[in-house]
Amino acid sequence: MAAHISTLSLPRLLVAAKNASLHARWQAVAHSAVRYSTVPVPQEKTFDKILIANRGEIACRVMKTCRMMGIQTVAVHSDVDASAVHVKMADQAVCVGPAPTNQSYLNMDAIMEAVRSTGAQAVHPGYGFLSENKEFARRLAAEGVTFIGPDTHAIQSMGDKIESKLIAKAAQVNTIPGFDGVVETVEDAVRIALDIGYPVMIKASAGGGGKGMRIAWNEEETRDGFRFSTQEAASSFGDSRLLIEKFIDNPRHIEIQVLADKHGNALWLNERECSIQRRNQKVVEEAPSTFLDADTRRAMGEQAVKLAQAVQYSSAGTVEFLVDSHKNFYFLEMNTRLQVEHPITELITGLDLVQQMIRVAKGYPLLHKQEDIPINGWAIESRVYAEDPYKSFGLPSIGRLSQYQEPLNLSNVRVDSGICEGSDISIYYDPMISKLVTYGATRAEALSKMEDALDNYVIRGVTHNIPLLREIITHPRFISGDISTNFLPEVYPDGFKGHQLTAGGQRELLASAAALHVCAQLRAQTFLGTLRVSASSQERRRWDLCVELVGERHPVVVSRTGQTYTVEVGGESLVVSGEWDLASPLLPLKINNTPRMLQCLSRTASGDICLQYLGTSFKVRVLSPLAAELSSFMPEKVPEDTSSILRSPMPGSVVAVSVKPGDTVAEGQEICVIEAMKMQNSMTAAKTGKVKSVHCRAGETVGEGDLLVELE
Amino acid sequence: MAAFTVARSSSRLINGLRNSFGGLARVKHGVAAATASQVSLQQQCRRYAVGQLSVKERIDKKRQEALLGGGQPRIDAQHKKGKLTARERIELLLDPESFVEYDMFVEHRCSDFGMEQDRNKFPGDSVVTGQGRINGRLVYVFSQDFTVFGGSLSGAHAQKICKVMDQAMMVGAPVIGLNDSGGARIQEGVESLAGYADIFLRNVLASGVVPQISLIMGPCAGGAVYSPALTDFTFMVKDTSYLFITGPDVVKSVTNEDVTQEELGGAKTHTAVSGVAHYAFENDVDALLNLRDFFNFLPLSNQDAAPVMESHDPSDRLVPAMDTIVPSETTKAYDMLDIIHAIVDEKNFFEIMPSYAKNIVVGFARMDGRTVGIVGNQPKVASGCLDINSSVKGARFVRFCDAFNIPIITFVDVPGFLPGTAQEYGGIIRHGAKLLYAFAEATVPKITIITRKAYGGAYDVMSSKHLRGDVNYAWPSAEVAVMGAKGAVQIIFRGKDSQAEAEAEYVEKFANPFPAAVRGFVDDIIEPSTTRKRICRDLEVLASKKQVNPWKKHANMPL
Repeated sequence: MAAHISTLSLPRLLVAAKNASLHARWQAVAHSAVRYSTVPVPQEKTFDKILIANRGEIACRVMKTCRMMGIQTVAVHSDVDASAVHVKMADQAVCVGPAPTNQSYLNMDAIMEAVRSTGAQAVHPGYGFLSENKEFARRLAAEGVTFIGPDTHAIQSMGDKIESKLIAKAAQVNTIPGFDGVVETVEDAVRIALDIGYPVMIKASAGGGGKGMRIAWNEEETRDGFRFSTQEAASSFGDSRLLIEKFIDNPRHIEIQVLADKHGNALWLNERECSIQRRNQKVVEEAPSTFLDADTRRAMGEQAVKLAQAVQYSSAGTVEFLVDSHKNFYFLEMNTRLQVEHPITELITGLDLVQQMIRVAKGYPLLHKQEDIPINGWAIESRVYAEDPYKSFGLPSIGRLSQYQEPLNLSNVRVDSGICEGSDISIYYDPMISKLVTYGATRAEALSKMEDALDNYVIRGVTHNIPLLREIITHPRFISGDISTNFLPEVYPDGFKGHQLTAGGQRELLASAAALHVCAQLRAQTFLGTLRVSASSQERRRWDLCVELVGERHPVVVSRTGQTYTVEVGGESLVVSGEWDLASPLLPLKINNTPRMLQCLSRTASGDICLQYLGTSFKVRVLSPLAAELSSFMPEKVPEDTSSILRSPMPGSVVAVSVKPGDTVAEGQEICVIEAMKMQNSMTAAKTGKVKSVHCRAGETVGEGDLLVELE
Repeated sequence: MAAFTVARSSSRLINGLRNSFGGLARVKHGVAAATASQVSLQQQCRRYAVGQLSVKERIDKKRQEALLGGGQPRIDAQHKKGKLTARERIELLLDPESFVEYDMFVEHRCSDFGMEQDRNKFPGDSVVTGQGRINGRLVYVFSQDFTVFGGSLSGAHAQKICKVMDQAMMVGAPVIGLNDSGGARIQEGVESLAGYADIFLRNVLASGVVPQISLIMGPCAGGAVYSPALTDFTFMVKDTSYLFITGPDVVKSVTNEDVTQEELGGAKTHTAVSGVAHYAFENDVDALLNLRDFFNFLPLSNQDAAPVMESHDPSDRLVPAMDTIVPSETTKAYDMLDIIHAIVDEKNFFEIMPSYAKNIVVGFARMDGRTVGIVGNQPKVASGCLDINSSVKGARFVRFCDAFNIPIITFVDVPGFLPGTAQEYGGIIRHGAKLLYAFAEATVPKITIITRKAYGGAYDVMSSKHLRGDVNYAWPSAEVAVMGAKGAVQIIFRGKDSQAEAEAEYVEKFANPFPAAVRGFVDDIIEPSTTRKRICRDLEVLASKKQVNPWKKHANMPL
């Protein structure tokens, strides 16, 4: 390295070393060898260089197809994303601003400048951010850059809920009975609601993602709903217009993927069942749906295509329907972009949707006819989020992925992610970790694969929703296909509580923990090399242990032959065998010859073991009978709560205060920044809560131990 | 050591004890006599008993009594306080059935204040001593018995402790002391003081010969505190252990300060404020089980190499997350513990003094199964600067590792020594010199990784090449310089206008690992993801390192 010093500029060398670490790059390239398309696509000249105006998994997803098509890629990123996976994967990367999305990924000026400076011929917007922004599409068009998506007209007409409904009606697409227009006053709202018949749904015209949505079952609720929705719509979208429609009770959310070209051809690529939702956000999706018969599917598909054609749609798009229990379906909205859950459609149709979008954007006609579109097998997608499923089915959590391993060793598993070990899940962006997709010839096969994949997925450092995902996909109602958008609140009326152990499951858990404990104990007695004072060897074949699980003590007897442990617990004898790699986060065991993939989340010297079993993490404590007996003399400790007070850990000056009294902060969220020794130290909330008072101001000097912020 | 005054408070305790025992009419040897005074009655009893009971029976009887310590009511009282008895503690600490007890029949020899009475004699007195095994390896232990005269230290008590310490030194095995004692045995007067001094002397002589660990599991006050203070590690149990020179009563009478026992000398005070204790455990059981784990990191003596255990973590494991852990903005913090956990075997890091001087991280881990001592600046706290407390914390740890053949791995991200009057008045010069001294003096394998900043004198201190670092690496993000760009430019280009330009020039020249690398002050600039692999390989090579400091009676380090 020293030899280059005289000839190369130092910073450049260093930047190269910092950002393009060879290993990470290789990994990224190896990752991108995935082929999404199973049907042959002719060699066509499309673009030389595409800029992807997005981040995370979708940016990576688009780049993989670009790479396969021989197209150069340009990533844009915010400053905190400088070493993100999508940046490493791209051939070129441009920083477009600081962390907040409105200053970076939504910063059209900066992105336009990036397009110009890199000479990208086309822009793929991914989903979210600028993907359905007609202004962005217009500005690109004005500079002769291709927007990979529909044209401005389609974005505009489908982006407005009221307009889209009118167009749909005109195109003879089933729509939900409701009022076709803006609701002006509370009195209007009440009158219209009465016309339609309760229950009604009041929602923001410009809305999405569940914001500004209210269900009303009577007049009073209509009045309240109107008021709240107006406020929410105004604050979330800067547009307080509302509309009212019939509320479909117990509906399913089923959507049709459409693909259209610029020559008037349009196809429907079958449906996606997206009914499993929490707070109107999808959690588990599958294709096809267990609910649709061929006739309904065709009827929905044809209506979706009609709608696409009505707005001269080109590119990939999604028409969302609500389907009631009688298979009546109603148009909900059309998403004029690539959907998050597009992989399941790709798996059952064999089409690479991104590739098709790029082809269509270049002006190529569709290669397929409707009858060429198959349903091959079954695909299921679980959205793996950094969130705590025990709180309202998922409240965002943040942190650093201290350990991360995707279950790619399994066949028929696809993981779309944009993070890697060491990545930060920050408060600035969506807390999605990945989309875990499994595929099988039948639904049962895909589901069983999903169980394996979830069990093999190693995520450490952030709270994640795998416990919930695994419970959903193994729930009898889900397995039988008896689902609706109310699935989660109906199945877990008191909130999600994790996997409930059966007696057999409990025995398996206790036996695994006991065997793991003995294995670790045995290793702790193994010293390599010669010792000056010889160690006394204890040849033990039998261990009496006491395993504690949720406050209950279970006597356990373990005996060992080689790698196999026989554990007597609860009057039964279980044979637990495995590799017993104590460094591995995964613990592949065979319990009475049934393969079980457990994960060891933590293991302490004082016998505490945290195991992930059937998706949920369980805390057990394995002690010798003596230690267990003596433990009963140990006093119960009431944990001292200091998490509601934030004190300055050092003298310094306050650079920024990010909260004000009354704000709700999430655990780990930045509260203020203290600069000391020219270093900025981010002070974070130790728990989730409301800010009670703020005792510091930006620019102020604070001493060590000074009170900064109090939480309620 | 004026502080034996504490005995005042403990004497109350002992009197209390005596009173309570007075109520228990202990009838020794099952014989009652109708006449004569109590003293002569007892003497008669003894003579009579010899005839009646066989020696074997007497031995059994004494053993039975010894096992009960101060008797069941005192044991129950101990349990009620959330504490275990001396024997229960030993049983939990050592491998099952490995304990070999010494001096079970030793009794105190005090004949004043009625202490000579049989009811005031307890076989074994107020301490249980012996040797045993932890995970098969030899260890000497003493465990003070609070149920016997509040664990107070008699001449016999001290003698028992000295015996195991002497033997531990001869054999070359660590000593673990489980402290739970009200203080000196006031009835014995100077005998007790002499006992303390005998122990102190042995603590000092054993220092650097065999590892000495103190686990404070109850009160430890007055002169008694100096024994733990002389040992290598002082651990405490939260809520039930106290360490102080003088108790709250004396403090009140002398300085008029109102302070509780917990505030004055509880686990929190000593692990976070004073730095006297190295770790606090939740309770007795937790402490003893963790101590077993901790013991596995240590060699038996200075004659032994650091232990090597079977490791399941591949030594050539790459850690890709390290490539992105240092933020691109040089002013942004990151957690040094993330680096340590990712690089060591199985994320297993036993941090020493985690709540004290948090701007430096020290502790034990393993690399490819081999015990290593880890020292790292912590950019997350006070920017990872060196100050008085962190220097002393680091220095003590480095010296322990060096004394016991434990290789030292140092992660450097240090912006310098902390400036300010508080530091200067506090003697940062003299205290900072301790860390410098410790690193310079150490002859064990020393591997240093500069992850980011290595500025000024602090660069020299942190196990630099110049202090005989064996292998010194820099990550690409390393900046080795006298100071940061802004400060440097203000000095070099004082009064010039083009500060920004000058800064850029400085950054280009110095804010990178090259100036150090071209001079051979770092041996290589490495991909962060390969750090574990490189360290493991280097440790294997350096295992046979031999380096000897010049002969001296002893060094004179800046205390």
